[in-house]
Amino acid sequence: MTEDPSPPSRDALDSPEESREESLQQSTRRSFLAYAAAAAAGAVLASCTPEEREAYLQKRFRELSKEDVAKVVARLEAEYARKYGKPFKVGVEPAIPRTLFGYALDLSRCIGCRRCVYACVKENNQSRRSPPIQWISVLEMDKRTGVDVMESNLYYDPKEVPREGHFYMPVQCQQCRNPPCTRVCPVGATWQEPDGIVVVDYNWCVGCRCCMSACPYGARHFNWGEPHLPPEEANQETHYLGNRPRMRGVVEKCTFCIQRTRKGLYPACVEICPVGARKFGNLLDPESEVRYIIENKRVFLLKEELNTQPKFFYFYGV
Amino acid sequence: MKTIAQSWILLALAGGAGCGVAPQQAPLPGQTPEAVAAATVPGAPSAPKADEYPVPPPPFSEGIYPCSFCHDMLDPNPTPRVLNNHDAEQPLRHGPGRWCYDCHNPKPMDVLRLANGTTIPFSESYRLCGQCHGDKYRDWKVGVHGKRTGSWNGKKEYRLCVNCHNPHAPHFKPLRPLPPPVRPAEIHE
Amino acid sequence: MPFVEFTVNSVRTVLRGNRAYWLWIVFLLALVGIGGFGYAHQVRSGLIATHMRDPVSWGFYIGNFTFLVGVAAAAVVLVIPAYVYHWKPIKEIVVFGELLAVAAIVMCGLFVLVDMGRPDRLWHLIPWIGHWNGPGSILAWDALVLNLYFLLNFVIVTHILFRGFNGREYSKRFATPLILLSIPAAVSIHTVTAFLYNGMAARPYWNSAILAPRFLASAFCSGPAIMLILLQVVRKIMPIEIKDEALWKIAELMAYAMFVNLFLFGAEIFREYYSRTEHLLFFRYAYSGLNGHRTLVPFTWLALFCSVTAFLLFLIPRTRKNWVALNVGAVLIFAGVYIEKGVALVIPGYTPSVLGEIFEYFPSRTEAMVSAGVFGVGFLLYTLMVKVAVAIMTGRLSSRRSEAAGV
Repeated sequence: MTEDPSPPSRDALDSPEESREESLQQSTRRSFLAYAAAAAAGAVLASCTPEEREAYLQKRFRELSKEDVAKVVARLEAEYARKYGKPFKVGVEPAIPRTLFGYALDLSRCIGCRRCVYACVKENNQSRRSPPIQWISVLEMDKRTGVDVMESNLYYDPKEVPREGHFYMPVQCQQCRNPPCTRVCPVGATWQEPDGIVVVDYNWCVGCRCCMSACPYGARHFNWGEPHLPPEEANQETHYLGNRPRMRGVVEKCTFCIQRTRKGLYPACVEICPVGARKFGNLLDPESEVRYIIENKRVFLLKEELNTQPKFFYFYGV
Repeated sequence: MKTIAQSWILLALAGGAGCGVAPQQAPLPGQTPEAVAAATVPGAPSAPKADEYPVPPPPFSEGIYPCSFCHDMLDPNPTPRVLNNHDAEQPLRHGPGRWCYDCHNPKPMDVLRLANGTTIPFSESYRLCGQCHGDKYRDWKVGVHGKRTGSWNGKKEYRLCVNCHNPHAPHFKPLRPLPPPVRPAEIHE
Repeated sequence: MPFVEFTVNSVRTVLRGNRAYWLWIVFLLALVGIGGFGYAHQVRSGLIATHMRDPVSWGFYIGNFTFLVGVAAAAVVLVIPAYVYHWKPIKEIVVFGELLAVAAIVMCGLFVLVDMGRPDRLWHLIPWIGHWNGPGSILAWDALVLNLYFLLNFVIVTHILFRGFNGREYSKRFATPLILLSIPAAVSIHTVTAFLYNGMAARPYWNSAILAPRFLASAFCSGPAIMLILLQVVRKIMPIEIKDEALWKIAELMAYAMFVNLFLFGAEIFREYYSRTEHLLFFRYAYSGLNGHRTLVPFTWLALFCSVTAFLLFLIPRTRKNWVALNVGAVLIFAGVYIEKGVALVIPGYTPSVLGEIFEYFPSRTEAMVSAGVFGVGFLLYTLMVKVAVAIMTGRLSSRRSEAAGV
């Protein structure tokens, strides 16, 4: 949709004369409505700046040509630079061939310090308030009940962690191989990339929040208000499908730090973890840490019974 | 020769502690030959290839290294006691019955010493830790125990055990957690 | 231009009315105004003006949407006896059912629109222009069938009324296929809406095979309940004859539908409470409260009380044929199903959340205002359409008359 909405098709008007007047009348009325709608849309679009019009009429990211992508990137970089007063890079690095990202988290090590939560917020330009958005939820659980999210506590706030008799389970996007969230999207604004990362096209999302209902891990978050990203805290190294600044009314989620991992770096949560509980790598590489863990450690999947087939593996390192 | 003899005595003193691994030459009093054999197989890690485990420099406390700066002038004293100039390293909370020379070479003091008598630089201290903590050492080598940064598909940066664990009190200290999220009912415009 | 004449005369008709009519119109316009005010606020600040948050990401809007899909679907309760069995008393009034379907679908569309984070991107949903993500996305299907059902009913009633305006019966060749198609379409809008919830394995409360049948059963109570009351109003204030038998028949059908609804509900309750799996949590939150969180409990029990009482009133012929009892029953059913769909379906699905969090959702003032506005639009539309329909059906509005009047 790079051009202005075309007027309703001529055949609505020029349909062959029918003997029954009603069909003609209906089509006249319909084409009148279509004209009115097109005229209204046209009027609104005419009052926009060219950039706004281009942004509004931008196609789905997956359908953009190389030239279109370049234009979109340039437009976004200019927009962010204007808004945050410093240069931004909006990357569009594609998936690295023969790569399927996997993640492993050592439940016997995690101490629930939430360093990962805030490193993620910073790296990924999440909204700081109204509403604050955090892609990682660290759940405190009782050692007596074991892994049971229904008995977990997201809001623990003791002086020191780990708390006696408790363990901690960070939950974020599990990057399912069978993701229920992408299927339910009415407009195809979210999909799984070839390297297994489930991404959102923030410029295509309509904000219906079906995906949030479909996700069994609470991994999707909605910009209920205008996101608050202080310019001085903004991360300028971004990816179109990842941590570029979002707008109000769209859904966002963990992307395994797509802007980092597609350049060979570890996700921010892996780098910050003070106890080394977080492991990341290529599931197709037999030498990777995640493969070693799957092959040698006691591993489990969260809500395995739902057949979402997460690529996020919880394990016990001891 | 004198220092080696001394260290034998030290190890004998430290014996009884679970992982006091003896040098492979001869069984120590109170040790069965089987124990020696078992200890020598996984307990004496071979030297890694150069740059196999790239690690940052060891985290020495301020002004403490080189040890020889003071210790060249002192005679090794195997008697466990409170030391005057080692506040950061005391009290020693690393299993019962340990003493400095279980890990530190008595003379020259700027290297560590494996149970088999091999001296190693501080930058390879993981080999020393690995003598007792074999399972952790195994997982560490493949990047599963401990933190690994760098590049998931390229050069990886390891951490020395002592980058995270204080060797003199290796148990992790509790941390103050960062603040919990705001409850949804408290999120307003 | 007969159709222009029809349109002009229709507009004239809705501009003429007595005091009560204008009071009602002003009241509805006031509701629309309140809604507009609320929505303007929501557009300015975003959906943060609602009380929906990440753990409860759908709320009052989508609850209302779901309820109104049921109301719209219920037109078939009249369509089947009218056109399939040619039962005369109902055939005379079936157009009111179809008009209700039109008004209800308009409200459905508005409730979806006000719930969207990016209403400006609505065009992304349009096949070919945007991207229709079928066949996987149930919401994409829902948009499709709702629009189809809207078009069918709109064309059918326009055709019938226009023919009536010209003093003619509806064209069987033109209308019958559409009417027949509207029957599966009615079933499909409610089934697809149920599947929207039903298909989400992440929400055990919705992930039940009898959710769609329950939806249909409750829709066949709530839609006709509105009809019952509206038809009595229509025959009281407008010179049009609606036979008692027609109303009693509707009430009888509602009793059966309510029986099925209660039976299916009972089956669900049995499964949950007898097997006592971890999924029982959601029912416990709805019906007895969880860890001291009891916001929903009075509503769910009230809904159950309303439904059971109404069922008894409509089951017994003596009370069914008593106008007071009938109207009480209709109101009870409406209230019962409204709470069941609007409150007790959506919210417990999210409470506790997938990570065990209990966030007690209750609509914000903005949500209440916007919803009132949507209902205002729907009732206004329905009132105007009914006004025209009655004028045509009583012969006060016809092409012959306007000729005689020299228009």
